[in-house]
Amino acid sequence: MRKRKDDMADQVDNIVEVRGLSFMRGDRVIFENASFDFPRGKITAIMGPSGTGKTTLLRLISGQIKPDAGTILVNGQNVPELTRNELYEMRRTMGMLFQSGALFTDRTVYENVAFPLREHTNLPEAMIRDIVLMKLQAVGLRGARNLMPSELSGGMTRRAALARTIALDPDMIMYDEPFAGQDPIAMGVLMELIKLLNQALSLTSLVVSHDIHETASIADKLYVISEGKVIGEGAPKELMNSESPLVRQFMQGLPDGPVPFHYPAQDFEDDMLGGES
Amino acid sequence: MIARLRMIGRSGLNVLQVFGRSGAFVAQSLIGVPNLKRALPLFIRQLYAVGVLSLPIIVVSGLFIGMVLSLQGYTILVDYGSEQAVGQMLALSLVRELGPVVTALLFAGRAGSSLTAEIGLMKATEQITSLEMLGIDPLRYVIAPRLLAGFFAMPLLVMIFNVVGVWGGYLVAVDWLGVYDGSFWSNMQNSTDFYSDVMNGVIKSIVFAFAVSWIAVFQGFDSVPTSEGIGRATTKTVVYSSLAVLGLDFILTAVMFGDF
Repeated sequence: MRKRKDDMADQVDNIVEVRGLSFMRGDRVIFENASFDFPRGKITAIMGPSGTGKTTLLRLISGQIKPDAGTILVNGQNVPELTRNELYEMRRTMGMLFQSGALFTDRTVYENVAFPLREHTNLPEAMIRDIVLMKLQAVGLRGARNLMPSELSGGMTRRAALARTIALDPDMIMYDEPFAGQDPIAMGVLMELIKLLNQALSLTSLVVSHDIHETASIADKLYVISEGKVIGEGAPKELMNSESPLVRQFMQGLPDGPVPFHYPAQDFEDDMLGGES
Repeated sequence: MIARLRMIGRSGLNVLQVFGRSGAFVAQSLIGVPNLKRALPLFIRQLYAVGVLSLPIIVVSGLFIGMVLSLQGYTILVDYGSEQAVGQMLALSLVRELGPVVTALLFAGRAGSSLTAEIGLMKATEQITSLEMLGIDPLRYVIAPRLLAGFFAMPLLVMIFNVVGVWGGYLVAVDWLGVYDGSFWSNMQNSTDFYSDVMNGVIKSIVFAFAVSWIAVFQGFDSVPTSEGIGRATTKTVVYSSLAVLGLDFILTAVMFGDF
């Protein structure tokens, strides 16, 4: 009896479970029989070399593209099997922060944050105003509510987009390269926000990023993927000391290793003496 | 030989695929019960963008085309002593052909290219994906209002073009060249039939509106989301729309006026 109880306690409640995922783009294999678990209430980061399919994974989870094989369960619903309407219904429970922010350029910051509330609820305007100001206060942009997206810096754009993403209080937020191209202050602000919002709103966060140290400092769990497969999985500290040379090269940012520094070419000496361009 | 046949076959399949995709795209955009409270403001905003903002080019073009038609008609007809028939020639040319065709070509250049570029840029800046992720169908929110605005705006623009064209022709024929205004108007009224001329022109304008708006929004939505891709999509909109309008005009004219 006690053993069964312990087993149940050990079972982690996953908001997203991916099993046997295969996806090809043309002839190129992006995922081959890959599996992922994203525990509810935690920050899970997906890392890996460029072009390895990290953003594609987010697009598969959100149903923007369909896999060639495998199941993607989000809150128990298999995303590839959902109808168009069910997919849009499911997306209301998840948010996605794009690298560009993807704010609507013809609307102010306030209008951008109010947009999902106006589209999906029948709340009175006074209540929408209160919610928008609360969300903007959470990301520190209450004073910038009347600015247009073109007047915002890169970091402010992402914070405004984050306020819009949390407007409908989603269960899960997917961050696509949230720290790319940010100065240290903006990066610090975004890291703090991801962490705080995850705790305060009881969210689940999926972070796709290249910034190892920043991401490792906020993530509860890391996945390292390469060539369509999961090559490392676990807590950030475990992966830093991984026995896999590829994982270690990636986590420690080593210039040479299983991923070679040099693009494949003929012997250097032969090339120099050969005289052909 | 086999390789060439294969290439032709592949091109044919690609064309069919594009037609199928664009057909499904329009069907998904338009079929369904709209939420009028939310859809109406979007529709009105687009009607302003594609209709009202196209008015200057339509009015100015209509005026000059009417003036040129009158001038050319007069110089030919005066040799036969039939310059009083210039009103008849002007009205028939405008309502049957020039009104719908020239308006559609101008609409493709002004509003069509703008629709394609706008939607393409929304795609490139991930605004379309962002709508999807907010649980809002971009086909219903972005595409449907633009398509419907195009359908409604162009027939109205054609009517305005015709009226301004007739007025421009009147200025040249009557006020400048001295054609008697009584015969100008009476010849026009006697020879222009409401159903076979005016209504056929309106039908043409509705068909052209559908073709141009469809091509414009589909090219934008289907564009490669890069600056080069958007540029190519915009060019395609103008070229395909112009060819579609001219081709459809021939078919419609043959059906409407070809007494075989």
